[in-house]
Amino acid sequence: MNVRTAAGRAQPLVDGIEKVTGRARFTGDLETGNCLIGRILRSPVSHGRILRIDTAAAAALDGVVAIVTGADCALTFGVIPIAMNEYPMARDKVRYRGEPLAAVAAVDAATAEAALELIELEIEALPAVYTATEARAPDAEQLHEGKPGNLEREVHHEFGDVKAGFAQADLIHEQVFECAEVNHAQMEPHAALAEYDPERDRLTLHSVSQVPFYVHLTLARCLEMDSARIRVVKPFVGGGFGARTETLNFEIIAALLARAAGGKVMMRLSREENFLTHRGRPDTRVRMKIGLSKSGQITAVSCEAVMAGGAYAGYGLVTILYAGALLQGIYRVGAVKFDGYRVYTNTPPCGAMRGHGTVDVRHAFECVLDRMARDLGLDPFAVRRANLLEAPMFTDNGLMINSYGLGECLDKVEAASDWQARKGRMPLGRGLGMACSHYVSGAAKPVHWTGEPHAVVSMKLDFDGSVTVLTGASDIGQGSSTIVAIAAAEILSIHMDRIRVVSNDSVITPKDNGSYSSRVTFMVGNAAIEAARALREKLINAAAAKLEVAPEDITCEGESFFVEGSTQSALSFHEVAIAALAREGTITVKGTFTTPQKAQGGKHRGGAVGSTMGFSYAAQVVEVAVDAETGQIHVEKVWAALDCGFAINPLAVEGQIEGSVWMGLGQALSEETRYVEGLPAHANFLDYRFPTIVESPDIYVQIVETIDPLGPFGAKEAGEGALSGFPPALVNAVGDAIGLDANFLPLTPDRVLAALIKYQKAARKKEAVT
Amino acid sequence: MKRIITLKINGAPVEDAIDDNVLLIDYLRGARHLTGTKQGCDGGECGACTVLVDGRARLSCITLAASCEGREVETIEGQATNGRLSALQRAFHQSLGAQCGFCTPGMIMAADALLRRNPTPDDTQIKAALGGNLCRCTGYVKIIRSVRAAAGMGREAAP
Ligand code: FES
Ligand code: FES
Repeated sequence: MNVRTAAGRAQPLVDGIEKVTGRARFTGDLETGNCLIGRILRSPVSHGRILRIDTAAAAALDGVVAIVTGADCALTFGVIPIAMNEYPMARDKVRYRGEPLAAVAAVDAATAEAALELIELEIEALPAVYTATEARAPDAEQLHEGKPGNLEREVHHEFGDVKAGFAQADLIHEQVFECAEVNHAQMEPHAALAEYDPERDRLTLHSVSQVPFYVHLTLARCLEMDSARIRVVKPFVGGGFGARTETLNFEIIAALLARAAGGKVMMRLSREENFLTHRGRPDTRVRMKIGLSKSGQITAVSCEAVMAGGAYAGYGLVTILYAGALLQGIYRVGAVKFDGYRVYTNTPPCGAMRGHGTVDVRHAFECVLDRMARDLGLDPFAVRRANLLEAPMFTDNGLMINSYGLGECLDKVEAASDWQARKGRMPLGRGLGMACSHYVSGAAKPVHWTGEPHAVVSMKLDFDGSVTVLTGASDIGQGSSTIVAIAAAEILSIHMDRIRVVSNDSVITPKDNGSYSSRVTFMVGNAAIEAARALREKLINAAAAKLEVAPEDITCEGESFFVEGSTQSALSFHEVAIAALAREGTITVKGTFTTPQKAQGGKHRGGAVGSTMGFSYAAQVVEVAVDAETGQIHVEKVWAALDCGFAINPLAVEGQIEGSVWMGLGQALSEETRYVEGLPAHANFLDYRFPTIVESPDIYVQIVETIDPLGPFGAKEAGEGALSGFPPALVNAVGDAIGLDANFLPLTPDRVLAALIKYQKAARKKEAVT
Repeated sequence: MKRIITLKINGAPVEDAIDDNVLLIDYLRGARHLTGTKQGCDGGECGACTVLVDGRARLSCITLAASCEGREVETIEGQATNGRLSALQRAFHQSLGAQCGFCTPGMIMAADALLRRNPTPDDTQIKAALGGNLCRCTGYVKIIRSVRAAAGMGREAAP
């Protein structure tokens, strides 16, 4: 194997200079003088029948250019083709407080806001349900017709003989965990800039999307336009974490307004509106039952998950399927049963969020496993090691595993945290806990399945000797454009600064499914490698012809082409580029990636969800200090190790691991949405608390490389796998520190204190009896 | 009501007619086209809009432009010198202190205010100075590292 010159070296981001200078233009920065300003009128009630929306007075206001309502779009949108049940603006019925009803485009923000006040609404309120329990009650008001019990979807899977598995177990635990709903809270608020040209009947949308391709399709559908008349551009995007992995209502509304106005409309949502748009991780109740043998082998798992999904379907079915599917693929788990229920509630719709579907279920699993280890007198590391998988293999639910570095991750965090010497020997109030986690490197089958390749990358080499890489992959801060550039530099043996990456403009860049399910490095990385190889072959052929040797005798390194056996540089990159262009003119090549059939999951219903080409694996140890008087938890330090196959850019891999561990920390300690009669009481950064720099611990990261046989240079995902390990590692650490087994998230001081009082009372009672 | 204000923005003297109630962030982004300053929240909660007023960190989303009469306002656009990055910018770039980059301008300005007061801060001092600047991408690990690195570089780092 060649020595790598680009891949595997820590690199700053190719678009980093724009970010540190303020030159990076985000969607909200694109406003120009001739922009109209869009504003949305939102429902004041949680559930109701729309009797009348009168926009006449608003339309008469000076400076108002266009008004649209639900009447202007009778087409639904959503994620799963068979379950699109949401309108950009409500028609007939509203189903959550804050749902869009109408929108105004006006000459300025003040006029648009004044116009919203003039829109007359008549809504007949209906009873509303806010929790899964309320929604499932037999007499509960139905949000959607034909959905009794407000059950959006239920899924039931069983692999192996679960009954026999539990019969074999020496110890069985069954516990229920309540995990609060959380929001992505990406720092950049939502924004869209829509421009419609009535002369050409063309629409251009700039938006904050992670999935411009899906936005493009949805615009064509909802505006009933030929998709060829639409252009979608993704400028710099300030984080996503799943908030933008589906088309969002404001994107369609901005486009409808622009068309109605025959012009350009800037729609910037407030932070409050970001929380209303939501699509976060649903409130989830997990019942987890695990059977273990005395030596710690898992014999069976039975899990029930109930998710309060909000008012519309969105990603719901996918989320609930992920929850079940990823019970597997990390340990040998014996027989597995999963029952999942996705429920409609009169709250903002949930969606995909980092660690999609798997986080709360992994949380319950890792907590229960830890407590069982304690009862059996086993070390938490030992019980995990007793159940390690061996790659290559397929799980019982059809998941393909070709590389598996969990054992190494365990070794690394155990040693780094000095676990064996310190665990159980810390003073009261301090503790260590650990947990493991995993995540997919891209969904092997996309939601919108057309049969085409999963990723396409084009490359252009021109007269100036520059290489332009065209990709539809959405860089949202994770560094995907840098990965693509590194792949090209590595294969072509050229310097990074010879390469420019152009991304996300539907008229220029090839289609890409987008940034979700951690698919980009794996799929787009492979496509970029293939494209670069095609270009390299052309260059080598040109060099060989010029030097009158066989192509096999040409090697290229450091922007020079050599004849095998000679150390002198025979031809420079530029010379070869000119020779190659002389043959055919500007060179364009492309590379594609298609997921292999065998990666596409089990044959059972819903078997495609969870299927992937490779899983990342992570282990982490968390050290906490708990104040039993106040219930305050302080995280002292985190040691995390993640198997990403191969770190194409170790700097970015570290950043992704730190960020995902930390996001798990937020969910574990403080993050939750709260609704009072459907009214969000959390829709700002004071009430929705995620950790500031002050309470954020040092995170010591180690990278494990297993070189996945299908991954680009052996790489797998790095940005999601470590998240779901944090909450259980924290809860296990709290158990170690003060003896409290918490069955709820987040561990806010009030909750911890209440649980502690209950726990102490129970302990005293037990003492009195014995 | 409109009024005329004179101030300095990134070193250059400016005279402008502004509305009494216009916020500094809207004035900078709108009238001055300095869109590097970001708005991440509905007011005073995230630090993305941090600029320097007379060398001190200020949230431009809750500062009236009119209150900057006679003062010196510095934004992220004023960090670089003749296109060369400041030490903080270079450190944030090289150490991956910026992932998505949305919090970055505010983060760099707040860190600059700190380094002017205290050129060699320890981690606790860095945390205290950046406590009002939220970031959702980095877990702050590399932000702290970036500020530390910049402090080590001195204010005018060699490229
Ligand atoms: S935008 Fe000023 S503090 Fe958030
Ligand atoms: S880098 Fe994305 S919010 Fe800080």
